[in-house]
Amino acid sequence: MTGITHYAAYIPPTRLPVGARGNAPPQPGGPEKAVAWNDEDAITLAVAAGRNCLRGIDPQQVDGLVFASTTHPFQEKQAAALIARALDLRRDAHSTDLGGSLRAGTTALRTAWDAVEAGSSRTVLVIASDCRMAAPGSALEANLGDGAAAFLIGNQNVIARIEETHAISDEIVDVWRRTGDPFSHSWEDRFVIQEGYAPRTQEAVEGLLAKLGRSRSDYARYVLYAPDKRSHTGLTRALGVQADQVQDPLFGRLGNTGAAFAPMQLVAALEEAAGGDRILVASYGDGAEAISLEVTEQTRKTDPPRGISWHLARRRPVPSYQHYLESRGLTPHEWPGSDGPGLSATVHFRERDDDISFRGQACRKCDSIQFPAQRVCETCFARDEFDPIRLADRVGRVVTYTLDFFFPTPDPPTVVSVVDIDGARVHIQVADCPPEDIEIGMELEFSFRRIHEAGGRPNYFWKGVPLA
Amino acid sequence: MAKESIRDKTAIVGVGCCKFGENWDQSPADMIVDAAYEAYADAGIEKPQEEIEAVFTGSLYTTVGPHECSDALKLFGIPVTGVSNYCATGTEALRCAVMSVAAGLYDTVLVVGYDKPKDRGVSGPSVMLDGVRSLPRTPAGWFSLCAATYFKKYGAGREDLARIAVKNHHNGTLAPNSFLKREITLDEALGGRMISWPFGLYDCAAQTDGAAAAVVMRADLARARRDDAVLVKGVTIQSGPNPQKDPSNDFLSWKPTAWAAEEVYAMAGISDPSSQIDVAQLHDCFTLTELLSYEDLGFCPKGSAPDHIRSGRFELSGDLPVNTDGGLKAFGHPTGATGVRMIYENVLQLQGRAGDRQIPDAALALSHNIGGHPTVCGIAILGLP
Repeated sequence: MTGITHYAAYIPPTRLPVGARGNAPPQPGGPEKAVAWNDEDAITLAVAAGRNCLRGIDPQQVDGLVFASTTHPFQEKQAAALIARALDLRRDAHSTDLGGSLRAGTTALRTAWDAVEAGSSRTVLVIASDCRMAAPGSALEANLGDGAAAFLIGNQNVIARIEETHAISDEIVDVWRRTGDPFSHSWEDRFVIQEGYAPRTQEAVEGLLAKLGRSRSDYARYVLYAPDKRSHTGLTRALGVQADQVQDPLFGRLGNTGAAFAPMQLVAALEEAAGGDRILVASYGDGAEAISLEVTEQTRKTDPPRGISWHLARRRPVPSYQHYLESRGLTPHEWPGSDGPGLSATVHFRERDDDISFRGQACRKCDSIQFPAQRVCETCFARDEFDPIRLADRVGRVVTYTLDFFFPTPDPPTVVSVVDIDGARVHIQVADCPPEDIEIGMELEFSFRRIHEAGGRPNYFWKGVPLA
Repeated sequence: MAKESIRDKTAIVGVGCCKFGENWDQSPADMIVDAAYEAYADAGIEKPQEEIEAVFTGSLYTTVGPHECSDALKLFGIPVTGVSNYCATGTEALRCAVMSVAAGLYDTVLVVGYDKPKDRGVSGPSVMLDGVRSLPRTPAGWFSLCAATYFKKYGAGREDLARIAVKNHHNGTLAPNSFLKREITLDEALGGRMISWPFGLYDCAAQTDGAAAAVVMRADLARARRDDAVLVKGVTIQSGPNPQKDPSNDFLSWKPTAWAAEEVYAMAGISDPSSQIDVAQLHDCFTLTELLSYEDLGFCPKGSAPDHIRSGRFELSGDLPVNTDGGLKAFGHPTGATGVRMIYENVLQLQGRAGDRQIPDAALALSHNIGGHPTVCGIAILGLP
């Protein structure tokens, strides 16, 4: 039996009220969407979802990673390899990027399922993550949200068996983003829905039902991608499924998270599912794709994950729309971002275990833990007597802190701390923590973030975040 | 080892210091010439090309190296050495000069400290970014890391820091070559915009252009030249671990200062610095650095600095005046020049030439530089024969 053995999500805590404008503080209580802050992107959301999925699991047992996104920051350079480093996967775990289409998330699930079914891998991690940008003030802006979902696909202790998939592809220019475009474009929405989204998705769902000889009522939940709430309602009607069979698409709370949207709704559905429930997932993009799952009794034996409901409860309203624009780099500045040659690629390469995997070292002579890797022990002066040790999953304690008003950020000050991680001292920024909340002795966990863009490239390191 | 072997071997026979500030119309060479020729005149050196045997020059920002100094002064055919040791560069340059003369290699050497940060097009210190995980970071962000811990343990607060800024601004008004000549009130000091909590604008030193120079001579030759030649009692540099990754750092003091103090007091034969030292120039890159240094240097017990600040002990009228010329805060902080500028001020104080800010009967003077994260401390002690 092959299927989902673990699952989780990540939603950035920042919420932008739909329709917010200007510098005015947004009105609370209305529709909103989750937005990545300036230290987050598709990679960091993916790492966060992946770590949530791997909580309590040895990452070394993962045989492969399939990463799906339409907003990977590089055209040429693999995201999955970077994410695998941050998650400390085995070096011989295969890594794959899928992109180009908003249904890449479900394609990734199918790809992983294929690999485990075929026996080429025992355990494959699937992460779908997107951070799409809509032009300020555009219709798309009201709908797009940011987030990620992660699933471990295997054949032991399966929570939701993947029964069958069905996909069709189509050539249509309805929603697109050319290489280099910052914003998604869309043709007239009536064409997009009437000739693209609605009929193609319906065709995939009906094709899957026919393949399995099932009727609509055989499914407890329909997880349906939709570009917006209205077309979601339209598709539900066209399919003829009952309202209580349809997974809440979370418009007004999360937003359309692109390639991660159907997978994130699947996470929400799994959180609520009971053994025996069947779930049908459908996604759309240059064709459509549907997946049939059956939830097992194993679901009762698992702890609630850091999933959709966990993250939706953790929200920080954006201070203003202007702050949002700043955080996404959508405001003009006298100087362009850090340019010039930037950081040395060779230094980045040498320090990848420290910076990306957040590995420190443990001294074999005196047992002290230190960061970063260094040749001579900070404590007992032994030379080259160390074992690497991962710090990213440990809990740190604030030794001291300052509030930096100079660090470039949309909402200064930046909280900066020296944190003690089992004896190792690390000078590190603290994210998702209001300045008034930081205090000596506070416990932090760690989150992979975009630290700056020196050299015109995204550079990543870890930040402390308040222990959940 | 015999720490005291350096004591009284060398003397300072002349000092000079250009006007510190935003010297838009001066090149590094202009400032170096102003400072060095003032020191020559003070030392009675009329033919520097014949009398100066070696030069030790300190600059953190030079892109040219020691040639910038030798070309400005046309000192060729002698060793000209550039040293760099963070914000302790000036004291490091003096130390190298003193050691070379004490070793008997030279009779007369020149020390020049200078920097020209205002040519870089940025206000304040450079924001350094040299590694993937190195945040764009500022010295304010490093030095403020001792505040939360110190405040919590000893119940101190921003007002204790502000009193230091008010004092140094006042002293700066009395020094002819200082950059800032403006008294500030406690409320002004507390009301400045925030830089890195708890440091507001007035907790931060003024980064300026500037150059300072000193002529170091064998002590016996110096006495023949002038009666009031100031003796070098001791000078040291101590390196310390990066406080941000040092597992045993308590963020209540800066280790290199305590280590340098122990060594330099042994060199100078000082057993009770709190009562023996008459005047001190401390490295007030930030107000908290001056506060911690009172304690790390043994001027008062750990945790008691706020009480001593409130008592006025470190003001010009107190029994241990600190930063009599305004310090880095008001006189200015051209990194490589600062340690040498402190020597300039201490020599004037010991020789009774400090004008309105003169400390009566000063006989023993300390100057203190701290630099890096901070990861280095330099201290020099000068005294009258």
